[in-house]
Amino acid sequence: MSMTAALGHAHADPHHIGVVVEHPGPAPKRIVTAYGFWVFLLSDIVMFSCFFAAYAVLVDQTAGGPKGSEIFEQRNVAIETVCLLLSSFTCGMASIAADVRNRFWFYLGMAVTCVLGLIFLAIEFNEFADLVSRGYGPSRSAFLTAFFSLVGCHGLHVTAGVLWLLTMMAQVFAKGFRADVLRRMMCFALFWHALDIIWVGVFSVVYLLGGGA
Amino acid sequence: MNLLDPQGPVAAANSTILIDSVVIMLAIVVPTIIAILAFAFWFRASNTKARYQPDFVYSGRVEMVVWAIPALTVILLGGVAWIGSHQLDPAAPVPGTGSPVRIQAVSLDWKWLFIYPDQRIATVNSLTVPAGAELNIQLTSSSVMNVFFIPQLGSMIYTMNGMVTKLNLRADNEGKLQGLSAHFSGDGFPDMMFDVNVISPLSFPDWVATTAKTDAVLNEDSYKKLMQQGIEKGRPTYRLEDPRLFDLIATQHIPPGPGPELVSDAGRPHSGGHDAR
Amino acid sequence: MPAARTVEATMLGKLDWSAIPFDQPIPLIAGAIVLVGILAVLTWVVVKGHLPYLWHEWITSVDHKRIGVMYILLASVMLLRGGSDAIMMRIQQAIAYQSQGYLPPEHYNQIFSAHGTIMIFFVAMPFVIGLMNLVVPLQLGVRDVAFPTLNSVGFWLTATGALLVNLSLVIGEFARTGWLAFPPLSELSYSPGVGVDYYAWSLQISGVGTLVAGINLVTTVLKLRTKGMNYLRMPMFCWTTLASNLLIVAAFPILTATLAMLLLDRYLGFHFFTNEAGGNVMMFMNLIWAWGHPEVYILVLPAFGIYSEVVSTFSGKPLFGYRSMVLATMAICIISFMVWLHHFFTMGAGPDVNAIFGIASMIIAVPTGVKIYNWLFTMYGGRIRFATPMLWSVGFMVTFIIGGLTGVLVAVPPADFMLHNSMFLVAHFHNVIIGGVLFGAFAGFEYWFPKAFGFRLDERWGKIAFWFTFIGFYVTFMPLYVAGMLGMTRRMQHYDVAEWRPWMIIAAFGMLLLSIGVLAQVFQLVTSIRNREALRDRTGDPWDGRSLEWATSSPPPVFNFAFSPDVRGEDAYWAMKRHAKEQQLEDHPGPEYQDIEMPKNSPTGFVCAFFATVMGFALIWHIWWMVILGGIGAFATFVVFAWRDHDEYVIPAAEVERIDRINIEERRSLVSMAGAV
Repeated sequence: MSMTAALGHAHADPHHIGVVVEHPGPAPKRIVTAYGFWVFLLSDIVMFSCFFAAYAVLVDQTAGGPKGSEIFEQRNVAIETVCLLLSSFTCGMASIAADVRNRFWFYLGMAVTCVLGLIFLAIEFNEFADLVSRGYGPSRSAFLTAFFSLVGCHGLHVTAGVLWLLTMMAQVFAKGFRADVLRRMMCFALFWHALDIIWVGVFSVVYLLGGGA
Repeated sequence: MNLLDPQGPVAAANSTILIDSVVIMLAIVVPTIIAILAFAFWFRASNTKARYQPDFVYSGRVEMVVWAIPALTVILLGGVAWIGSHQLDPAAPVPGTGSPVRIQAVSLDWKWLFIYPDQRIATVNSLTVPAGAELNIQLTSSSVMNVFFIPQLGSMIYTMNGMVTKLNLRADNEGKLQGLSAHFSGDGFPDMMFDVNVISPLSFPDWVATTAKTDAVLNEDSYKKLMQQGIEKGRPTYRLEDPRLFDLIATQHIPPGPGPELVSDAGRPHSGGHDAR
Repeated sequence: MPAARTVEATMLGKLDWSAIPFDQPIPLIAGAIVLVGILAVLTWVVVKGHLPYLWHEWITSVDHKRIGVMYILLASVMLLRGGSDAIMMRIQQAIAYQSQGYLPPEHYNQIFSAHGTIMIFFVAMPFVIGLMNLVVPLQLGVRDVAFPTLNSVGFWLTATGALLVNLSLVIGEFARTGWLAFPPLSELSYSPGVGVDYYAWSLQISGVGTLVAGINLVTTVLKLRTKGMNYLRMPMFCWTTLASNLLIVAAFPILTATLAMLLLDRYLGFHFFTNEAGGNVMMFMNLIWAWGHPEVYILVLPAFGIYSEVVSTFSGKPLFGYRSMVLATMAICIISFMVWLHHFFTMGAGPDVNAIFGIASMIIAVPTGVKIYNWLFTMYGGRIRFATPMLWSVGFMVTFIIGGLTGVLVAVPPADFMLHNSMFLVAHFHNVIIGGVLFGAFAGFEYWFPKAFGFRLDERWGKIAFWFTFIGFYVTFMPLYVAGMLGMTRRMQHYDVAEWRPWMIIAAFGMLLLSIGVLAQVFQLVTSIRNREALRDRTGDPWDGRSLEWATSSPPPVFNFAFSPDVRGEDAYWAMKRHAKEQQLEDHPGPEYQDIEMPKNSPTGFVCAFFATVMGFALIWHIWWMVILGGIGAFATFVVFAWRDHDEYVIPAAEVERIDRINIEERRSLVSMAGAV
């Protein structure tokens, strides 16, 4: 008995619609990988939304400490934003370079992305350190807890992204533009762009909305 | 403590809704269970009298009925839920005879403090109320979450530190009832049961006067002693020195109660070091 | 008051000899017995030379079938642990009337917290995830899930969580807060020990594992189906798998975030949920139940899928109202996100909010009711065989309806104002979880065991296990409904109310029956292994099944299908059998066999979990250097994995043909079997 075609006259079109679109079979690896990573990104966005929700709930709980407008420095936020937006662009350049197998532009794009990411992290770290040294650390009030957590969670993701970035550069260096390396590069790029989008949410909700005196 | 033996209108209404809902649902559930057992029995493979219908996989009429039965039940019960939730909102006053009695309840580790701000007295683990009177209860917690519950008088409500919840009850019949905390709050939680004495409205002022003669005074200092973790086996009573004590607790002017003693842990399993951080 | 820092304290954080419960006989003896047992098993394995086999065939396996079996094995072992907790609790509550019983509060409170945590996270979750892993790729007609190595990582991280929880029995203590660790009780000031840390880190780590499984199964169902398998031709179990795993992807990040917030409070003095500085305990309630309610649907939806498969197979009929069932499943999936407030009606949200969430909670009973009726009408007109899986299914239908009734009851806010947190509630959720999830797990276990291992389970012991469990459930939990109606609240280590006592005693007796049921399951397994030759499943289709997993041998070859099936309708395998019977295909020349590429085994999952265990333990005990080392190790594991040059191996066409021919030979007997009409 053959295991192939199940040629039952069975239930292909039980409601007589007349058109049956036959499913072609399992999707290719590249699509499956990207899809799975998208699903992961969606789950990560759910996690971020919990920190956004906590921020919204706790934003007024300053416990005698400072409000947002008293501690935010919009200039730094603007620089951070420009860095991240630019880094998304350079990451895109690196992705295109990988697609056309151009090592030089790939390394250049990734390196600039890395530098921009590190600048972002340095500014953010500075902001945090400064606040802590003034006694406005996360244990000062629920508002500061929520602020440090939301912005910090994003920062941790960027840090992980930088580590991943360096690993990707090492991968290309060691293995070239192999199919599995390219799949991972695609996931990395998705991750980096998603972080940029989340940053837009962060600076809007935290710095812009909360920055007005 | 039988829910089906209510001693006040709130509990009576809640229980009525409870029973009515069960009866409505049983009207669906019992025939369904019978059908399950009947079909399972009749269509067993060894029953040659049953007709085998392998193509019976869809029926519009059956679908309509099986969607309609739960939907109609839910619509009915949904109405009950909407109306009941509004009528039995814990914050809605329950009118009664005589003047309303204000009670401020504080859950501590592991006891209940009942402050009568208008009468300037306070009791621990014992609540005395006049029958038939409107009871306006405000609640807060000194530390962790608890739930105030007198099963035969009605609805339960959470107590939380830094927040005030409201509950309104009325006790209609004289007698002794019991209350408890319905939210686990630590090692002494089972001992948070309290007495509820429903006395005649004529003898209530006498009870207040007698209680006010006590030497023990409730102020910030004696309250802080109450806050220390431990069980209260007795039923101490106090004169209330400061009628704003409850507000001081609820707004955290008196800070929340401390946790377990870090130094000594008699009777507690060793948990490998007591470094707080 | 922190002690002076010594070198020792820095090296080992908070850990010292007082962490081991030398002064408490019960955990000490239990721990010693378990340790001896583990050592005995390990010794036997090593001495008999089974270690290479175990390492190559199971521990490093990325085969969904093997991983599924390991998940189920983990769940079964943890069922014994969680069940032991339950026995201890029932005995305590039967005894502790006007007495402290035999378990002081510190112990009792850990036991009920561990019981809930273990049963939900380390019994129910792994059981359903294991069954989904084992069966779904077979039902979809494909060779494996979307991300096989990630699948292994997910399993081993879950095992890490289980290990940490059990470690708390002998090193330190467990949480004394209940299975959801509500603040402020779970904050550092009210729970200064390591218990809540064990709880939180264990769930964080296994939560990552669960999320990974969720991503894997969603991608598998949506992107990896065999040719011709449109969505509306998938078996019902695959639909419920999709719904359940969509819920995992959407809900588990909430748990991750919430536990992270609690851990930040405890470790770094943050103020998410503290009483001081503006923390908000109501926010914890909202967040944790926004996860917690979808979680129970994550558990019960696969069980519903199992019942669809079992009822249809053992009635000899296709599932009644397939499209209706799909609609109902996805409706449950979506609505489950809109009901979470019903877990705290009594927190004072106000009548409008309470009523809306109450009504939403009732609405979810509609698609659930539809499912029950569709199973009912699947039986109608069938020829029902009462093998053990079918017994579990009918038992479920009756039991779950009762649980659903009490659920809709507590969805009415005024009723909940009297019943919240009472023994009535405890009875309700055990009613639906045992009646729904556990019965389903057992049904699935009995149903798919032959597929996984190649021999059936002993029917007689299966039936004994069913009847003792079924009756034992009622004798244990019906009295708890009564106790709740008599005002008894949950988690009481002792009580003074005389009316409650008889019901506690009856419930303890019921536990005895339940325990016999579980023991009978164990006995069934042991007996069946002993008699496996007599119980051998040679054809791969012991139940006259309807879906594609029954088209493979038992157990299937590593590649599942020699040729990807081409599907034309629902109940794909049933159609194949009818066609084969009609055509009496004997010597039909098939297409050419091809080489098959399969993913290589990898120790990544196991090694990653090892480092996760190290990190988890170190975080709990504040051993910071160990945390860093563990973190570096975990990162290194991934880098090593990424550096692999060969991630697949080839099974040559000749080998594929050899294996397939054996299967074809065994199946010839099926073609002439009376089964398909």
